[in-house]
Amino acid sequence: MPSIAKPIAKHPTLQKNALGLTIRDYEGSMSTLCAGCGHDSVTAGIIRALWELSTPPHRVAKLSGIGCSSKTPTYFVGGAHGFNSAHGRMPAIAGGAVAANRDLTYIGISGDGDSLSIGLGQLCHAIRRNLRMVYVIENNGVYGLTKGQFSASSDIGSKSKRGEANLMAPIDPVSMALSIGATFVARSFSGDKEQLVPILKAAFSHKGFALIDVISPCVTFNDHKGSTKSYLYTRQHAMRATQTDFVPPQHEILAAIGTNGATAVTMHDGSVIQFKQVPKGYDPTNRASVMRFLDEHRASNQIVTGLLYVDPNSSDIHEMKQTSETPLRDLPYDVLCPGSAALEKLQEEYR
Amino acid sequence: MHDVLRTRVNDFAVKLANVNGTGSASANSLIMQAIFRMGIPVTGKNLFPSNIQGLPTWYEIRVNHDGYGARALDYDLMVAMNGQTYKQDVQEVRPGGYLIYDSTWPLDPSLMREDIIIWGIPLAEMCNTHFDDPRARILMKNIAYAGAMVAALDIDMGVIEQMLDEKFAGKQAMRASNLQALKLGYDYAKDNFECPLPFRLEKMDANGDKVLIDGNTATALGCLYAGATVAAWYPITPATSVMDAFTSLCAEFRVDRETGKNNYLILQAEDELAAMGMVLGATWNGARSFTSTAGPGISLMNELIGFGYYAELPAVLIDVQRVGPSTGMPTRTQQSDLLLCAYASHGDTKHILLFPANPNECFHFAVKAFDLADQFQTPVIMLSDLDIGMNDWVVPRIQWDDSYRPNRGRVLTKEDLDNGPKFTRYSPEDENFVAARTLPGVSTKGSYFTRGSGHNKFGGYTETPSEYQEVMDRLKKKHAAAAKFIPEPDILRREGAAFGVITMGGCNPACLEALELLERQGTPADYMRLKGFPFSDVVEQFLAEHEFCIVVEQSRDAQLKSLLTLETAVPKEKLKSVLSYSGFPLSAAHVVKGILECLR
Repeated sequence: MPSIAKPIAKHPTLQKNALGLTIRDYEGSMSTLCAGCGHDSVTAGIIRALWELSTPPHRVAKLSGIGCSSKTPTYFVGGAHGFNSAHGRMPAIAGGAVAANRDLTYIGISGDGDSLSIGLGQLCHAIRRNLRMVYVIENNGVYGLTKGQFSASSDIGSKSKRGEANLMAPIDPVSMALSIGATFVARSFSGDKEQLVPILKAAFSHKGFALIDVISPCVTFNDHKGSTKSYLYTRQHAMRATQTDFVPPQHEILAAIGTNGATAVTMHDGSVIQFKQVPKGYDPTNRASVMRFLDEHRASNQIVTGLLYVDPNSSDIHEMKQTSETPLRDLPYDVLCPGSAALEKLQEEYR
Repeated sequence: MHDVLRTRVNDFAVKLANVNGTGSASANSLIMQAIFRMGIPVTGKNLFPSNIQGLPTWYEIRVNHDGYGARALDYDLMVAMNGQTYKQDVQEVRPGGYLIYDSTWPLDPSLMREDIIIWGIPLAEMCNTHFDDPRARILMKNIAYAGAMVAALDIDMGVIEQMLDEKFAGKQAMRASNLQALKLGYDYAKDNFECPLPFRLEKMDANGDKVLIDGNTATALGCLYAGATVAAWYPITPATSVMDAFTSLCAEFRVDRETGKNNYLILQAEDELAAMGMVLGATWNGARSFTSTAGPGISLMNELIGFGYYAELPAVLIDVQRVGPSTGMPTRTQQSDLLLCAYASHGDTKHILLFPANPNECFHFAVKAFDLADQFQTPVIMLSDLDIGMNDWVVPRIQWDDSYRPNRGRVLTKEDLDNGPKFTRYSPEDENFVAARTLPGVSTKGSYFTRGSGHNKFGGYTETPSEYQEVMDRLKKKHAAAAKFIPEPDILRREGAAFGVITMGGCNPACLEALELLERQGTPADYMRLKGFPFSDVVEQFLAEHEFCIVVEQSRDAQLKSLLTLETAVPKEKLKSVLSYSGFPLSAAHVVKGILECLR
């Protein structure tokens, strides 16, 4: 995708993270998306989350498919390798990448066309494999680059720019992911950074596939009256079911836990997700109750947001498959090759 | 007197007609392996249906003291164990030949032939008498006919008993019942017929150090020895046994003794689109990775093969070819994926191909494929086929050189990046037009975007015509440069040859035999067996120095001939074709007939 390099100008008073890097060190090229695009806010959230987590930029691997959303990895963490793959194929590419090196921080950026139409199968299977990665769907209900067709997440009755109403039922990535065993499921809104950044940070600490569906309005093709993915509609219908804080492992937990029905979930690396606010009776670690809650609120046209479900005991693909702790790509050849004597012996079976 | 009635030692063909899913495969391979162990050159061809149980299946065994191993079409002995196909099977016995059938049920008199000798053996009846378990009765019937063959062909009983000892080590009861069934058939044949037959076996020492192995197992071994750690695949006939073999090899050789952890990861993908994606993701991240598939899988992988070509990512694809188009005939063999693989994916693409001709080459070419993929940073496709992949072949023992180290191509380390000039992905290039790459996770100085969209020589996005073309032109030169790293063709010249015969892969045994037969008839021809693509100067030279060449291959549309026409300087009219695309392995008789027709 076309990109414009950002001028390097660092203000001396910019705050530094544990690596001594400023937030500007986590930026990429200048965005070429439309002014006001929700995706740019998501990009800003990712930059902040990775900076706050002090993730070394070169240890991040960014992957995407095709579409407006898939352009965005160019706009964050310029020091990381990026893989802008083919339409709908990013989950498979990520699968191979994660297989080869289990030690990097993987982030995949996709859209509703990329993930819910052409790449729906691959998304489902990446969830089943529980690849350790953060997977963001920048969901705007429309095909932008091809100028305004409905996507698979368009709601029934939602109108296109030309006034045509969508008649087909939407695929909701959150419900779909929960139904096939996803171990970390969240929904947020590009306009709600306060909610999105802690969710992203929690997602990076999750040992498994962390799906974040972000409603991210398309200002050019889907921000008009009658659209159910516009800024206005989303602001009016978003319902913050949960509000979370992310506490990294080395930090002392200061906030009180347990007020207002809130709960805390300790992740495998010792970090804690504090649910500051959850509805009465809502348990973010109970899949069935979360699915029930979502069904009830969908019926009343509410867009439920927040970190909705997490399985803190999740086993990723490497744990399931008992793969070597050393990344496969770093295993020396003499460990991998059985040698001539073994071949000689083996061939006795073929006599 | 028919020539079969004259004594013929170690030169005959047997066909066994069975019902699939009844356990006949183990009886047939028992016979095949016993002949191999007697030191006699032998080949077995499994002609099986795309089905789990109940349909006709055939197994052909050819014994030839000179080592000719192509499929033979004249059957001296037919073991007709399938009532559904009796009619056809009886017809296929050569005049003067023999037929064994299960006389528990009478043979339809209308199927009788005066010119063959028919042995009725009450196999089912004997097994029903001696075995109680219904499943054992079915399975043992196969071992019983194998016993009759032991008597008929003079197979060394000591060899068979040794094999049963090995196969049923620790399972005494199984060994005993198998031996009992074997003796039932053996004794019945000895007591009721004149054994051995005029065509029969005699121990030789022709197999020396050779092994009896199928191409898919050898391919998996090659991938193991090449150091592949990530494999991604989708089940498909006839490639499935590549990954089955790789899985069991990894379980044996790739589990860390101390930690019990696996030094490999095999991903069963949701489809071939994903399998190819996984391979590219893994190689981008620095692992050696491969997929195994067949034609329908290659069709799906086309999208990302093009990505790998353009973004310059290594990948190894094993295509065990079957009959197309579409689903075609999944359990039959062909070489009709050639053009699809040579130019896989949309846009201008060209790929490196390897054509192994037997399981030994499957091993070595698989290793070669990984080296070429890494060296040239591009997908490499090894074109095996069902005949090579799924049949057992007698081949020279696979030798491994412990000094081998993988050629990982130009990959920059952190030190290279810290000390070298500013990294750009697609320049500068080396003498083979390959630029250095970097791996994720190493250094911010090596970061870049891998993309399938238009890019310039620095790796940046471009829509500028000259920048786009510059990269595309280099890719073309890079592909051409690979020619000198592809194994050179086997060339066999004959005195007085007026023309050349060109082939690839599994056609080799039939061609070698056909050329011998033609020479005896006074028609010597030179021979060139291609081992890969792009073609080298040696290929050009062979084409140039012959008045005309005949290309023998297994596709309807003469794909190898087309590829030679497109990719060498040979004029179209200098190439003729002998084609076989029925789905069965090629026979020398077919090649001789085809070549003679070309010469008319």
